[in-house]
Amino acid sequence: MDLRTLFEPASVAVIGVSRSNPFHPATVIYNKNHLRSRAKTYGVNPKGGKLFREPLYASIAEVPGPVDLAVIGVRAERVPGVLEECIRAGVKGAVVISGGFSETGRTDLQDRLKALAREARLPVVGPNCLGLFSPPHVDTLFLPPERLIRIRPGAVALVSQSGGILVDQLIKLTQEGAGLSRGVSIGNKAVLDEVDFLSFFAEDAPTRVVGLYLEGFGPGRGRDFAERVRAMDKPVVFLKSGRSPGGSRAVQSHTASLAGDYRVFREVLLQVGAIEARDETEFVSYCEALAGEPMPGGTRIGIVTASGGHGAIASDACFEQGLQIPELAEERRTALRGKLSEAIRGIAGTGNPVDLTGSATDLDFIAASRFLLGEPTVDVVVLLCLPYLPAITPDIGARVAQACREYGKPLVTYIPHIDKYGIFIEGFEANGVPVAHSVDGAVHMARALARRKQP
Amino acid sequence: MNDAIRTILDRGRENGWVMEPDAKAILKAYDLPVTRHGFARTLEEAREAAESLGWPVVAKIVSPKIVHKSDAGGVVAGIRDETALREAFERLSAIEGFQGVLLDETASGVELFLGARQDPQFGTVVLAGIGGTAVEVYKDVAIRMAPLDEADALEALSALQGRALLEGFRGSPPVDRQAVAHLLASFSEAAHDLRDDVESVDLNPVFASPKGALIADARLMLFQP
Repeated sequence: MDLRTLFEPASVAVIGVSRSNPFHPATVIYNKNHLRSRAKTYGVNPKGGKLFREPLYASIAEVPGPVDLAVIGVRAERVPGVLEECIRAGVKGAVVISGGFSETGRTDLQDRLKALAREARLPVVGPNCLGLFSPPHVDTLFLPPERLIRIRPGAVALVSQSGGILVDQLIKLTQEGAGLSRGVSIGNKAVLDEVDFLSFFAEDAPTRVVGLYLEGFGPGRGRDFAERVRAMDKPVVFLKSGRSPGGSRAVQSHTASLAGDYRVFREVLLQVGAIEARDETEFVSYCEALAGEPMPGGTRIGIVTASGGHGAIASDACFEQGLQIPELAEERRTALRGKLSEAIRGIAGTGNPVDLTGSATDLDFIAASRFLLGEPTVDVVVLLCLPYLPAITPDIGARVAQACREYGKPLVTYIPHIDKYGIFIEGFEANGVPVAHSVDGAVHMARALARRKQP
Repeated sequence: MNDAIRTILDRGRENGWVMEPDAKAILKAYDLPVTRHGFARTLEEAREAAESLGWPVVAKIVSPKIVHKSDAGGVVAGIRDETALREAFERLSAIEGFQGVLLDETASGVELFLGARQDPQFGTVVLAGIGGTAVEVYKDVAIRMAPLDEADALEALSALQGRALLEGFRGSPPVDRQAVAHLLASFSEAAHDLRDDVESVDLNPVFASPKGALIADARLMLFQP
């Protein structure tokens, strides 16, 4: 099955558009794609007529042109019939937004949908989902654009069983400065599931990292998923819900009692190189850090700070995350001191963390960053940037980013996220250096870089 | 899987699990190292078995009613002579469902726990942990998808909190980790091969020492038809 057409359809038919209810999901989807997406968009309603002066078609058969993607938002009982019509009309993929399938006990309807799709070898997303987010091509989230923020384009692809979590993460990643390549809410995953989308994103050019919100896999699909993760180079970040053990069941063997569902899930995915985020904050930090250009990472961290307290908090966080902060030899410390400006040479701490003090200028930050990036004992640099210091300018981000590219090593930054410092943050992010809004967040990013498979 | 293994599995089906002597026969068929042992229905047979194994021996209840032998007082270790053997035999023969006694050579080393389970999402997975009867207290186990190769198995062992016990702790010599890894890898293949019949396997304890690794007890839980 070719999933590319799902994400980049040339034409879309939205089936179930209402003429009277502007909040009907199909109507919202029709409107936003008609007005904003690159795909040619048709509305379908059995009564025909017009919506905002555009024609509605009585069925997909009457749509005057080929349809790549059908978005189905009719009542569950009508979905199998509509899907059959779509297959006859030669669509190349479908998204079933409608609920009322296995989640409400109507497994019969879901089984019919599944059988139809399988027989026609048609890729189908859902049912009971928000579907696809793939601007500028198509966006089937039935949320009015004015209710969402403008999602930043980028390199993170998201897969979520829950539509709500997908939307939340789109917003949070955008707010943190990480952009999205695509997103998909898989709902009841009757036909396409996590494994199918992971396989697609593994080969999808705009995607550099795949983030997944997982609840659980279908029978045997966990193994397929793990094999796929093992075989791919792009980093895979997952957040798993349902970690607490379920109702106690009588267990006759130690193995069954020790290898509970979540433990197996976690350890197997870590075994094949996926990265687990334990909460949403970690999830966003990890995705953001890994969305950058792939560079070799590692667990040895160099820290640059202008405040002893920030350096200490970062050091503690590194220790707790299993990262090392290598000591600098006396001779290297002297070499570093020689690169700093006269004003701070006598007062700066040249251990690791490097503490440049509140009198540091851009040049000191850049010199210290370059120095640590050049040290063979350091894999990743964490830069704690405090824009309220008098001698720091908005140029710092672009110049630090240049040093990273020169040395081919990753660097992550902490800057307090307030509007006033936007220009500092942008200087880093626009040049591909991730910025965290907390010291812990920056260390989480470093940890994600340490965990990634080495390119 | 060969016919001999199939026959044993069919025999265990009625109880839902395979008792220790049969479990060890299956493991041997997969070339896994198990302790030398003998089965005895009578005291006389037990004495002969102990003589041929060499004292001291361990005696264990064989009963379809007793899944957890230690919990039922069904294991007597450190039997050094005939008197002790007689006492042990009398005690064990009073246990429900008594079919006989399994006599085991006395193995020593660091006690490990190895296990396998058919997981609905991930298929066969294996566990390796610091073991013995306290395995469920410490819960210090690594879980990996089977089959594993020896390098994966070594990595799993080094992921344990208690790995220092294997690396030579406070003057004790390091155990043969390569042998443990080899055992874990072969066991993972066996469990994968048995995936349609065997729901879970406990190998507990497995003794790891500088001389190698040895499975001292085994239990196979079968899928119910």
